[in-house]
Amino acid sequence: MSRRPGFLVYGLLAAFVLGSAAPLYWSFLLGSQTKEVAAQGVPPLLPGGHFMANAQRAMDSIPFWKALGNSLLVSTVTACSVVFFCTLAGYAFAKLRFRGRGPLLVFVVATMAVPTQLGVVPLFILMAELGWAGTTFSVMLPWLVTAFGVFFMRQYLVDAVPDELIEAARMDGCSQIRVFLTVAVPAARPAAAILWLFTFMQVWTDFFWPLIALPPDNPTIQVALNQLQSGYFKDFSLVLAGTTLATIPLLILFVLAGRQLVSGIMQGAVKG
Amino acid sequence: MTTHLHTRGGDIDEMSPLRPGHGPRAVRPEPPQWRQRLSRADHRYSPYLYVAPFFVLFLVIGMFPLGYTAWVSVHDWSLLGGKGDFVGLENYREVLDSPYFTKQLVNTISIFLISSVPQILIALVLAGLLDNQLRGRTLWRMSILLPFVVSPVAVAIIFGSLFGDRYGLVNQALNVVGIDNIAWHTNRLASHVAIASMVNWRWTGYNALIFLAAMQAVPRELYESAAIDGAGRLRQFVSITVPMIRPTMIFVIITSTIGGLQIFAEPRLFDDTTARNGGSDRQFGTITMLVYDFGWQLRDLGRASATAWLLFLVICVFAVVNLVLVRRIGSLGGER
Repeated sequence: MSRRPGFLVYGLLAAFVLGSAAPLYWSFLLGSQTKEVAAQGVPPLLPGGHFMANAQRAMDSIPFWKALGNSLLVSTVTACSVVFFCTLAGYAFAKLRFRGRGPLLVFVVATMAVPTQLGVVPLFILMAELGWAGTTFSVMLPWLVTAFGVFFMRQYLVDAVPDELIEAARMDGCSQIRVFLTVAVPAARPAAAILWLFTFMQVWTDFFWPLIALPPDNPTIQVALNQLQSGYFKDFSLVLAGTTLATIPLLILFVLAGRQLVSGIMQGAVKG
Repeated sequence: MTTHLHTRGGDIDEMSPLRPGHGPRAVRPEPPQWRQRLSRADHRYSPYLYVAPFFVLFLVIGMFPLGYTAWVSVHDWSLLGGKGDFVGLENYREVLDSPYFTKQLVNTISIFLISSVPQILIALVLAGLLDNQLRGRTLWRMSILLPFVVSPVAVAIIFGSLFGDRYGLVNQALNVVGIDNIAWHTNRLASHVAIASMVNWRWTGYNALIFLAAMQAVPRELYESAAIDGAGRLRQFVSITVPMIRPTMIFVIITSTIGGLQIFAEPRLFDDTTARNGGSDRQFGTITMLVYDFGWQLRDLGRASATAWLLFLVICVFAVVNLVLVRRIGSLGGER
């Protein structure tokens, strides 16, 4: 509704943003107190200056750097894999004519709603059979492609690449793969960046499968936080310092790419 | 999802991408130039090559495990010993007879309802607020998305402290206004509210952005003519905006149903007992936690699989019920 908003609208929005930020500040606040102060309930509203010490204790209690490295590796590899395979398939669905395209696309859309997380038991058995149990690769495997990715890229490429351009390239004798590489890939870049970001975040924050797939000494960051919480739940300064620390990488990503995340969510909504 | 799909019958011959140049069309009395033929095969078959990796991988890591879960669920299958005898529906019977299944199903649904209903309503209002000519639009939109980058595990740890039974911030704030401490971890309903608030905190802004995008696609003339007819802003919101964004609401409700009923990290990390099954009396244990409990604590993959399949059925039922419900509510709004 296109009217100049008044004080009330800004006030309500500000209150909401405050609520969005408050739990994170609380986490940092308790994480910066001594164990004794944090155990006493609401601390002074300014940080207590013990954050680094608590963070150090947290890093000594869990394999922090290993977990961080694992999370970075798993998220990066899967994000790249999803972008690659889903751009390829999305392009075929958007721009190439082939028999069975319609039914296959219906299949992709339908499987977006299937809760694949419920397949953990066979995945676990499969990893054991293949001898990959406990490796970071076993965490990546279920994420290498997503139905959402194919659908998202298809929706974007339908409008982003003019059919005439593809026709012209074909007339010039370009092979399919060259048309894809020279026409579709450059046009797909904005959507690919968004898909990359979302996949990265999804895999980074995933907990259920890595908890099952990984042993305690080779965790992702979420599994390591779980260890920290179960081992030291009486010591909130330690646990929350670790939690704050583990959240920083995604906060950096948010600052750098928050704009893309917003536009990605909004694009996905209109086109979905 | 308003995609127009061209439905054409699939032809088995055409489906095989593996033999370019050797198809039935390759045999002709006067074959065209070698290059032309290759180019035609390229155009005909490479689409299959492009979609094949997705389908092959997806079948292996997405569909096969779901089907195989059913196979495991009708066998004795231990985590360490592997496959045992075929037992029919025995695992299902044991799961359904277990005192925890019904309780944790009720918990799951309760947490889901307490989280999704307020979440959708607040997200609608928030999107309505953002659908104004705001100063610093992008900054507002980014700010409400902040919780989305915090992982459910971290959210659960932070909220576990906020909702501490003795010294948590929430209870201290309640004390200020004269309300006694609430036992957030031990009272069943209170624990559901605490866990639902984690879900709401993380997802409301995200859903508001989806609604906002849909709202911006509503033709502005509708509002103008409604304003001429004397409809106030609230009336416009209820009678125009909400019915117009119905497809988006269906999308959000269905996806949050599928995700919400599988909730795992939040209740597990909220638990501060050593068993970590969702409280001392499983007052906030969920179905996915039961899958984990059967499979990796009791080491019985058969019962874990049966539980996973039961959850899958519950999700299907809820998705259909939601769809019918939202359609009906939406069409009532549209008839006004």
